[in-house]
Amino acid sequence: MPAMPLLDIKNLSVEFTTRAGTFRAVDGIDLTVDEGEVVGIVGESGSGKSVTSLAVMGLLGSNGTVVADRMHFGGKDLLAMSPSQRRKITGKDVAMVFQEPMTSLNPCFTVGFQIMETLKVHEGLSGKALRNRAIELLEQVGIPAPESRLSAFPHQLSGGMNQRVMIAIAIACNPRLLVADEPTTALDVTIQKQILDLLVRLQKERGMALILITHDMGVVAETAQRVVVMYAGQVAETRPVDALFKAPRHPYTGALLDALPERALGKRRLPTIPGVVPGIGDRPQGCLFNPRCRFATDRCRIERPALFDVDAGKARCFYPLADAPVGAGEVL
Amino acid sequence: MSDILTDVMPATGPVVLEAIHLRKHYAVKRGAFKPAATVKALDGVSFQLEAGKTLAVVGESGCGKSTLARSVTMIEPPSSGQLLYDGRDVVGRTASEMKELRRTVQMVFQNPYGSLNPRKTVGSILSEPLVINTPMGKQERRERAVAMMAKVGLRPDQVDRYPHMFSGGQRQRIAIARALMLNPRVVVADEPVSALDVSIQAQVLNLMMDLQEELNLAYLFISHDLSVVRHIADAVMVMYLGRPVEHGPKDVVYSRPRHPYTRILMAATPRVNPALRAERVIPKGELPSPLNPPPGCPFHKRCPYATERCATEVPALRPVDERLVACHFAEDMT
Repeated sequence: MPAMPLLDIKNLSVEFTTRAGTFRAVDGIDLTVDEGEVVGIVGESGSGKSVTSLAVMGLLGSNGTVVADRMHFGGKDLLAMSPSQRRKITGKDVAMVFQEPMTSLNPCFTVGFQIMETLKVHEGLSGKALRNRAIELLEQVGIPAPESRLSAFPHQLSGGMNQRVMIAIAIACNPRLLVADEPTTALDVTIQKQILDLLVRLQKERGMALILITHDMGVVAETAQRVVVMYAGQVAETRPVDALFKAPRHPYTGALLDALPERALGKRRLPTIPGVVPGIGDRPQGCLFNPRCRFATDRCRIERPALFDVDAGKARCFYPLADAPVGAGEVL
Repeated sequence: MSDILTDVMPATGPVVLEAIHLRKHYAVKRGAFKPAATVKALDGVSFQLEAGKTLAVVGESGCGKSTLARSVTMIEPPSSGQLLYDGRDVVGRTASEMKELRRTVQMVFQNPYGSLNPRKTVGSILSEPLVINTPMGKQERRERAVAMMAKVGLRPDQVDRYPHMFSGGQRQRIAIARALMLNPRVVVADEPVSALDVSIQAQVLNLMMDLQEELNLAYLFISHDLSVVRHIADAVMVMYLGRPVEHGPKDVVYSRPRHPYTRILMAATPRVNPALRAERVIPKGELPSPLNPPPGCPFHKRCPYATERCATEVPALRPVDERLVACHFAEDMT
C-alpha cells in the first residue's frame, strides 16, 4: 500500500453562474498526485484543465463554485480551511506557474521586488538575507547576472527570461507541489525546451510534485510520468505515459494522437475528429464524446460511462480500444 | 534572370513568385541622444515559389518570417531586392497594375479571433473583396460568397451569421475563404493553425491541402511547428535573424539537416514517439537582439559547434548536398 498521496481529490466539480444559467466546467473528476510525481493533464480548449488547476489553487473567481467529496493536500482538508489558512498554503506549499509570463508579472514592479514579496510573506525574510535568497533563486533558474537582474522590470526581459522569473517566484518557498498551466505555450521551441528541462531538473532536485497542464501531446509525452486526458470537464483516460501513448484505450485519446502530423508521416490527409468540444449548452446525452466518436453505439448515446479499469489505469468508455490501433505503421 | 544566382534553390516547375535578395531594414529611434539604429528584419532572402507547391518558412520569433509575409503580400515595400510575380517586377508598376497584382496574392492570418471584423456577417466579410476589385452586383457577390462557404466546408445557411457564432476552426475556414474570393495564385499563410486545437488543426490542414490541389495554389506557409511543416510543405526555408540558414526540399532537409540551427530546432520539437526523439542538444541562450547582431555567423553564440572562424566570418548561403546552407562546416554535419 503506497503512502497517502500528496494531493487527493475525489469527485471535484466546478460550476460557474452565468447569465445563461449554471455551467459545469469540471464534472466529477478524481485526481491524485504523489510526492515527487509528474502528472500531465492534457485536453483541448474547453476541457476544464485550467479550471481544475485554479480550483486546486483556490484562485477561482466569486462566480465559481467548487464542490468535492474530498480535497486533501498533504493530509489537510482544503475545503474545510478558512481563507486565511488557505492563503498560507497557496504560494508556499502549492505554487503555480501561469501561461503568459508577460501578463502574469506585474509591469510596475521590478523582478526583484516580486520575488522578494513572496519570500517576505511566507518565509519572513528581510534585509540582506532576503536579497541573497532572491539572487540565489534567479541563479537556480538559469538567469545570467542575477544581481543586476533584480532591478529589471518585466518589459526589459524576454518571454523566456520572464518565465524563468515566474518559476523562481513559484519555487521560492520550496513548494511540495508545483502546478504549471501551459508554461511554454507562449514561447519558441528552443526556449520551450530550456524551460521544460528546467522544470524537470528542479522537480528532480527538490523531489517536488509537478502537475503539467498542456494541450501539447509531445510536451506531455516527454515530461510526465502519468497522464490525465480530459474531455468536456471529465477525465476520459488516465494512465502511465508510456502505456497511454503506446496503446490509448479511450477513442478520444486515440483520435487525438492520430490527428498529430507527427504520426501521419507519409499520409496525405490527417485523420480528424469531426465536430468540436461541446460547449456551454450542448452537452450530449450519454457519453460526452459520442457525437464525435467513430465507435459509438446506441448504448453510448443513452448511458453515460463510468471510469472503468483498463490496464494500468482507467478509461471512461464502454468499449475501450484494443492494443496498437493507432500509429502502427510508423516510419523513421 | 535567376540562373545567374547561386543562392536560390532552382525550381522544377512553373514559378509564380520569385524573391531576389529581399531586404527590409527599419530605422529604430533609441531616445533623444542616441543615433537611430537599423534593424535588419530581412537581410537578403531569395526563393522561388512554384504553382501548386508549398514553401514553408520556419524560425523562431524575431527571425523575420512575418516581415517576409508583409513584403511578399505588398503590405510593405521591401527596402531593396526584387519581387517578381510571373516574372514581372513589382517595383515600378502603375497604381492600376499594382491593384491587379495584389489580387494574385492573398493572406491568411494567425489569429482567427482577431482577423475577422466582429461587426460584419460572414456574407459581407466574404463579398467585401469583390466590391473593390470586381464590377459584380450585390446578388452575384452573395452567390459567390455562398459558393465559397460550401467549398471550405461551412454550411451556406450560416451566411448571415457573425464571426462570434463560429468556433476557432470555423473562423479559420472563413479566413481562408476570404483569401480565396479573388482567385489568387499565391496564398501567404502566417501561422494559420497555431491558435487551433490539435483535432481542429488537422481539419484545417486537410482543407488547405485539398484547396491547393483543386485550385493549384502556391502556399508560402509560415510556421514554427516543424511537425506541421513536415506534413504540408514541399520545400523548407529555415530562417535566423532575417536570413535563410538552410533551404531545400523537405525530405532532404528533414532526413539530414546540415545547419546546426535546423538540428537544434528539430531536437527541441517535443515528440510523442520516443523513437523519434533526437539526442538532447540543449540550445544555449536566446535569440540575440536584431539591433545588435553578433559579428560573423549570426548563430555562433548559440551554436554548439562554433569555432573562431564563425565569430569573424559570415558564412555565405551555398549549395551543399541538394540544398542551400549558410554554415562553414555544413559538410561535416552528418
